Amino acid sequence: MPHERVIRHGRVEPDAWRFVGLDEGEDLQALPHGAIVVPLAVWKARRDALLARLEPLGVWLEPHDEPGEIAADLPRLALVAVRFPKFTDGRGYSTASLLRRRYRYAGELRAFGDIGRDQLFYLARVGFDSYRLPEHRDPEAALAAFGDFSLRYQGSVDDPVPLFRKRAAVEVRHG
Amino acid sequence: MYRYDEHDRKIIAERVAQFRDQTRRFLAGELSEDEFRPLRLQNGLYIQRHAPMYRIAVPYGVLGSRQLRKLAAITRRYDRSYGHFTTRHNLQLNWPRLEDIPDILAELAEVEMHSVQTSGNDVRNITTDHFAGIAADEIADPRPYAEIVRQWASFHPEFAYLPRKFKIAVNASAEDRTVLKLHDIGLELRRNDAGELGFRVHAGGGMGRTPILAEVIRDFVPWRHVLTYCESILRVYNRYGRRDNIWKARIKILVKTLGVEEFRARVEEDWAELQDSQNVITDAEYARVAAHFAPPAYEPPSDDDQAFAYAVASDRAFARWVGRNVHAHKRPGYAAVTLSLKRAGTPPGDITADEMDLVADLADRYGFGEVRVTHEQNLVLPDVRERDLHDLWQRIRGARLATPTVGLVGDIISCPGGDLCSLANAKTLPIAEALLQRFEDLDYQHDVGELDLNISGCMNSCGHHHVGHIGILGVDKNGSEWYQVTIGGRQGREAALGHVIGPSFAAAQMPEVVEKLIATYLEHRVDAERFVDTVERIGIAPFKTRVYGAGKELARAA
Repeated sequence: MPHERVIRHGRVEPDAWRFVGLDEGEDLQALPHGAIVVPLAVWKARRDALLARLEPLGVWLEPHDEPGEIAADLPRLALVAVRFPKFTDGRGYSTASLLRRRYRYAGELRAFGDIGRDQLFYLARVGFDSYRLPEHRDPEAALAAFGDFSLRYQGSVDDPVPLFRKRAAVEVRHG
Repeated sequence: MYRYDEHDRKIIAERVAQFRDQTRRFLAGELSEDEFRPLRLQNGLYIQRHAPMYRIAVPYGVLGSRQLRKLAAITRRYDRSYGHFTTRHNLQLNWPRLEDIPDILAELAEVEMHSVQTSGNDVRNITTDHFAGIAADEIADPRPYAEIVRQWASFHPEFAYLPRKFKIAVNASAEDRTVLKLHDIGLELRRNDAGELGFRVHAGGGMGRTPILAEVIRDFVPWRHVLTYCESILRVYNRYGRRDNIWKARIKILVKTLGVEEFRARVEEDWAELQDSQNVITDAEYARVAAHFAPPAYEPPSDDDQAFAYAVASDRAFARWVGRNVHAHKRPGYAAVTLSLKRAGTPPGDITADEMDLVADLADRYGFGEVRVTHEQNLVLPDVRERDLHDLWQRIRGARLATPTVGLVGDIISCPGGDLCSLANAKTLPIAEALLQRFEDLDYQHDVGELDLNISGCMNSCGHHHVGHIGILGVDKNGSEWYQVTIGGRQGREAALGHVIGPSFAAAQMPEVVEKLIATYLEHRVDAERFVDTVERIGIAPFKTRVYGAGKELARAA
């Protein structure tokens, strides 16, 4: 599982993280060494033990998980990941937006699951900065998606200033 | 009307390039059917019974003559030289080729049009009053707000994969001509006690299988904050709306399930954090957009012109058309004219390419080059001089655009139904046609008076049957087509949902059923009461008895 390729800050690189709890029947008692990302339930149940490992730690959220549940611990997390079981389930976009805006999370925010090239532009806009695509989708080819649009009508996490405020600024400068 | 600047043009051009690439990858087998479906839907493209069905947006119903000519050209080049206006200010094409859609998008972009988010589980085309900017009962022009909301909703990154479609309407008039309460969000422009402009925000309305009227979520949102308030509503919906059952996925179900108090509390909690958001609308942006909707160069009224009054007094057919199809304008000496797209032999809302060109010419000749699309599937020339009305009427009479039945039983709203739409349970067009033929007698229609007759081919309710005075819904029973009838629905400020009168009917029975409903009304009506008023006063029982003959005749229906 480790050393899969991920898109991170606009580049493809090996993944340093190992995800725990993705497979049915996985033994959640035996936490592996190294940088791991655990599901919210494991984090809540074994918070102290996980922090005592003194190794990089992340938590991953299902679409229905409340990001508020990890709000107080965000400074202790090096990664927060949001799972997309199907790319048509858009809840994770709001999860990301809340993590960045309401809970001021500044660390790495990872989208993983059923995502692809055609979701990346919007995912980046709501605050994700790393992405693990399924194996059958080529991350190198997907990089082009970040350039799909050069302008954005509405403010979001990546750029909170909507186009209309920029229009006004341009006019003032030209005026 | 709103004209693109360099930024709008660039964004739409980039969208065309994006979809061209997505279509290419789909055709090359790099994108699966499932992967491509939401992407094409976000560009207005369904794969349908005979061919793709393609939905072009006419934002808030405002269409320039140049744009209409382009639509005509597109239907000639890529389709079968006609189009269908829907109940949501969209033009639907039924026979384009998937491979051609990127080229159609590029041609639309030439005239500042698009098909962005006309389908899919996203924020759809914003709709408003077809008399926006010219209605005497208007508090302020809703079009600048509709345009500002349109831009905000276009390519919104957080709300492209909602549980279900999401429709926003804006009303700014004393009367409601937008079916506001049957929208996911209904924005009602008003002034508060301090005289400030803002919106009463309704949410949770919708048609479909479980029709529900919207609730008031907040009585007054200052206009500057309308985008952020919509954002909070959409965020709550995106997070908590059901995704496990397509029939329970609209926001109306969430509002009902949580209860309006809890729903409101969640929205307000989120919105409290957005008070300083950069998405709060600026004076400069309002002024920039509103300038596009400045009144055109109207002529001052001339007192000495009696020709119009004379023509009304002396020509009965003209007077009848004026009575139904000509509407008050806030400028003295001007009127708005409905060009009816309801004619026997043609599906409601259908228009040929040649007719589009003609209407574009009329808009230039009898106005300022602008046309409106109504949710009742007609077109409107918004700025006709009263003294030109007789001349205009003579020109359109021969062109089959002057059916004098606006608001009458012949002004049928209908979706394309099972002839064209793969979602439909039953055909609608043969029903509409049979009714148009049955009620061809204009004297009869005028005697019956105002009657909204709306037909949908399935529960998705594109034909707005729930709010028809008479609503007809196509249903499937063991593979055969039946029609369920409701009465007592209505649109407007007093919007109400119709009541089912009983078991459904076969297609061949429908003209007789409607005729009996009307006959019952005519027997019971008092003074100038409309059909729907009589239904409200006497209830549905007398109508049932007449139609079902106390358990015999038509009651063998399923």
